[in-house]
Amino acid sequence: MTGFFERLFGTGGNKGSGAAARERLQFILVHDRINLPPEQLQAMKAEILAVISRYVSVNSEQVDIALQQRDRDSLLVAEIPFTKAIDTDEARQRMADPEKTDNNMDDA
Amino acid sequence: MTAKAGARVVTITSGKGGVGKTTTTANLGIALARLGKKVVVMDADIGLRNLDIVMGLENRIVYDLVDVIEGRCQLRQAMIKHKQFPELYLIPAAQTRDKTAISPSDMVSITDKLRPEFDFIIIDCPAGIERGFRNAIAAADEVLIVTNPEVSAVRDADRIIGLLEANNKGPGKLILNRMKGDMVKKGEMLSPDDVTDILSIKLIGIVPEDENVIPASNSGVPVALNENSKAGIAFRNIARRLCGEEVPLMPVQDTSGGFLQRLSRLFGGN
Repeated sequence: MTGFFERLFGTGGNKGSGAAARERLQFILVHDRINLPPEQLQAMKAEILAVISRYVSVNSEQVDIALQQRDRDSLLVAEIPFTKAIDTDEARQRMADPEKTDNNMDDA
Repeated sequence: MTAKAGARVVTITSGKGGVGKTTTTANLGIALARLGKKVVVMDADIGLRNLDIVMGLENRIVYDLVDVIEGRCQLRQAMIKHKQFPELYLIPAAQTRDKTAISPSDMVSITDKLRPEFDFIIIDCPAGIERGFRNAIAAADEVLIVTNPEVSAVRDADRIIGLLEANNKGPGKLILNRMKGDMVKKGEMLSPDDVTDILSIKLIGIVPEDENVIPASNSGVPVALNENSKAGIAFRNIARRLCGEEVPLMPVQDTSGGFLQRLSRLFGGN
């Protein structure tokens, strides 16, 4: 009966396929606009994380790096919780030996 | 864009086919002529000519756009005067050629010749993002993007907006065509707010789905001439907005017909 009145008076909830259309479009357009394939985006995120992990201790499960839109501009928004700076000796060693750093990055 | 003197060149585009570019071009041409403006509507869809049919002028074509460009006739000879509005003209596309028969600079030189004598030049752009699109936007002072409240049409509109920006023609304004207010209310259709939020461009008009549009195209008399058609009113309002008038957008619930119409739909099936 509620459905009858909703149809009669043109009211009703907003949980139909319109919301799905909106969500799908937002996702599609983020990728259309930057023209970066999802695998490359993943690779970029992994590299960013690898660089940050050289300096601070990061739990990769809590990391959120995502593309967002502001007006017609694309933004890379990252939330990367970290606990502490990683072992200082190791970090210093890396600073002193950039070669090794590059190799590490390739491994990542 | 530096504004040239004389007519404003307005290109109607969409990316996706079948969303209502030609219908929009024809109706804006008629609606502007009704406002007393001197108007040329130009079909830039070379090889798939249709604007002449929607306007009911297909029997009067002798020369077309490509004939003008290739020097087989004078520009005036390819301009078909509308039956009802002596200051509304159509320049038809060629039917037997393709997009490569004209270039962006041809479009600029033709519109430059027309500018001093007219108020508006409305260009019907072909679907797609290739040569035909580049031809159609080359001379544009402003661009109107037609879309439907559907995922694929909005996606294509977004691509077009990106290309317009890359060509310094952007961002353009949006015409949301074939809106069904009752479906929006049920949550089964993207709302005008959804679409403008996603595309981040300004809306210049919402055209409701209207059963008068197909009969209008069948008979070659665009809905802008039909006093009772909701789509006709919407197109006339867009024309007024193009002329700088402040006309409020039609509330979306008004696009679904009135209470009685819903009542009859409820009992009459559908």
